[in-house]
This record gives sequence, C-alpha cells and structure tokens, in this order.
Amino acid sequence: MKVENSNPTNFVWLERVFTKFYNLSDSMKIREIIEKIDGKIVSGEDKLDVEVERGFAADLLSDVLALTEEKACLITGITGPQVIRVAEVLDIPLIIIARGKQPSKALVEAAKLSGIPVVLTNKTVFETCGILYTNGVKPCKIKIIQSSEETNTCLNAD
Amino acid sequence: MDSEKIRLVYRIKPMDLANAGVSSSHVKAELQRYGIEEDVVKRVGIICFEAEMNMILYSVGGKLKVEANSDAVEIFAEDNGPGIEDLEKAMQPGYSTAPPWAQDYGFGAGMGFPNMKQNSDVFKVESTPGVGTKIHAIVYRRKRDETK
Amino acid sequence: MKLSEVVKALELKVFNPEVEGWEMIEVTWGYTSDLLSDVIAGLSKDELWITIQRHLNVIAVAKLKDAAGIVITKGLVPDDATVKKATEERVVLLGTELNSFEFCGKLYNLLRYGEIR
Repeated sequence: MKVENSNPTNFVWLERVFTKFYNLSDSMKIREIIEKIDGKIVSGEDKLDVEVERGFAADLLSDVLALTEEKACLITGITGPQVIRVAEVLDIPLIIIARGKQPSKALVEAAKLSGIPVVLTNKTVFETCGILYTNGVKPCKIKIIQSSEETNTCLNAD
Repeated sequence: MDSEKIRLVYRIKPMDLANAGVSSSHVKAELQRYGIEEDVVKRVGIICFEAEMNMILYSVGGKLKVEANSDAVEIFAEDNGPGIEDLEKAMQPGYSTAPPWAQDYGFGAGMGFPNMKQNSDVFKVESTPGVGTKIHAIVYRRKRDETK
Repeated sequence: MKLSEVVKALELKVFNPEVEGWEMIEVTWGYTSDLLSDVIAGLSKDELWITIQRHLNVIAVAKLKDAAGIVITKGLVPDDATVKKATEERVVLLGTELNSFEFCGKLYNLLRYGEIR
C-alpha cells in the first residue's frame, strides 16, 4: 500500500500502524538483532536482553557526537577504538560493525573493558539499517547545526 | 560537595590516534563520580572529545583541563601550534582539513567546532597561526535561562 | 526502480536536474557509507550512495563505481563547486532531510517490498 499523504503527522501515524501490525514491539533486544543480521557478538555478551529502541548510522565520529539526546545503537564501518570512547561518552547501548569489517584489537579490548556490546555482521550498513528499521527500531531526531547559527545558547531540548 | 572543586588535567600527544577519546572518557567517569548531572556530563564529554581529537590530529600537542564547581564545568583546551589559518572557515559545519587517511579512523566530518559550540553555554576560541589555539567552554550546571 | 520514482516516493531534492536523462537511471539497491575507501571497495553499479559527505571528492568516487546517484542526508547541502562538478560528470546529487538510518530504512522497504514504512 503506497503512502500517498505527505502530511508528516499522518505519515508517522500510518507508519506506527504498519510497525505494530508487522511487529509486536517498537524495539529489539540485542539477541534478536544478532539473529536478524547474522551477527557475531565480540563483547558485552551479558547484555543480550538489553532493548534497543533507536538506531543511527555513521562512519564519522563527529557525526555520532552530534547525536546527543537519545541512546541509540550505532551502525558503522569504523574499526578503531575511538568509537568505543564515543560510545562511552554517549551511553550508546550497542555498536554494530558492518560490511564484514574486522575491528582492531584495540577496539575489542576497549569494548571488553567498558562492557559495551559490539556485534559484527557481513551485511552492509544499508541492509542492517533496513532490517532494524523494518523490525521496529526507530530513527533519532537529529538537530541540524546550521552554519548561520551564531549565538552560544544552551543545548535545545527539542 | 558544594565547596568542592574538581580539577582534571591531561596532556594530549600529537597523532596519538589510538588513545583518542581516552581523556574524555576519564573526564566523564570522574564527573559522574562527583555526582554532576547526567546531561551536563554528556555535554562536557562531547566538548572534551572534539577538543581532544582536534589536538591529536592537528596540533603538535597540548593540554586539556576540566574544572568543575557547584555552578559550572569549564573546559580549557590549549595547544602549542600550529594554529588555525582561517578560524571562521573552521567553525563552519562540514569544513574539514582532515587528510584522507584520517577518515578510516572516523575523522573528517568537519563538525568538531560546531559540536563544541552547540554543547556549551559559553564558547570562546582564539588562534594564532604559528603559535597555537586556545579553547574555553563553559557548561552551566543549572539552567540560567528558562526560555529555550 | 527508476530514480524518478525513488525521488517521488521519498520526496528527495534533486540538486542538479540538468543532468540529462537522470529520471531514467536505474536504482537497484542502496549503499551507505561516509568512508570513501569503503565505498570504493563495496558499492556496486546502480546502487544509490547514501552519505553525509558532500565535498568534491565524492563525485569521482561515484563516477568510478557507477553509482545511481548520491543522496546527501540530514538536510545537508553540497557547495556550488561540488554541484557543478557533479553536473559535468553526470552524477546526480540528491538530498533528504532524513538522517541516514531513517533514509536507509525507507529506501530498503521501498526497493524490497515496494512500500514505504
């Protein structure tokens, strides 16, 4: 059924209906994610029942750091340990390293130390996002930082 | 607790990519230990991370200092060079001077300064080419302005 | 699916509609990455490249890999020099207000199930 109405509110409502129809929840447990993306967990094995409500795809650290409000799982191709530190700063519940990329030893060590779950998959970021989205994981609201913004104001609570 | 002041100082080494973010993680852990509010800790963490990454990737080395008291958390990042040629350009979202290889580490989004500014209540940066760059950011612990 | 159908269904902005015949470009799948080296290694012909990168280098990469086009997410806008180069090289530059995760989700459903969720 094609969605014809471009009114954002209606669109979101219809989307909710579809999601509820196809899925019983609007989040996924880490163990379900692993199953759906043929994933392999390399750290945080004790957190398989943690619920993931939102997802975010990025390969650049500052792009991830711009996401400040919600605890979203990160889908990425970064393999360096810096991503674990970003995850610590932002309380990211799960990192999925896609495209069959192998994380560096330093990443795995840092992940094990911090307890942050890291899952590897051969699927692309595109497919991983598609699968999670279809299974109810929601996108984040992102603040766009416009270059014309000059004022030093408090972080918006939008 | 109110009269207590926290002072954390880190030496940031140039091109120390493997340790990028280590100081910021430590800052976060320490501030949490002292009971600083979650949203303040998160914002400070982001500012520190960006400042730390910039110093690692672009500078010859520098210092990251975080001071907290009952009113606010202040971040000072100072490096010893080379300084920023065009500061106005550097403040633009998407503008990056990161070399191509740095992308594999996740650098190069060009959001460093915009992220720092976005997360601070007061943000000042001074840079002199040939000398170095100084960043001073303040995150207030209690909202000064109730209107958004 | 034709690029024009994707543009219509997902309300994309086309930065350089002067590229002749852009509407008929075939889109088979999507590839999301901000790392140029991953795109060079992984993007297949006729896939739509989804990214926040919008500097001059992306044009050469898209051309090299025969991408169906480049979708720049989060409402970000490429500069004039990049748009000009893209038009010269016949690379279609598109934009969406959505972030990469959400756009991937919608495109995935559109291409796989023929519907947007």
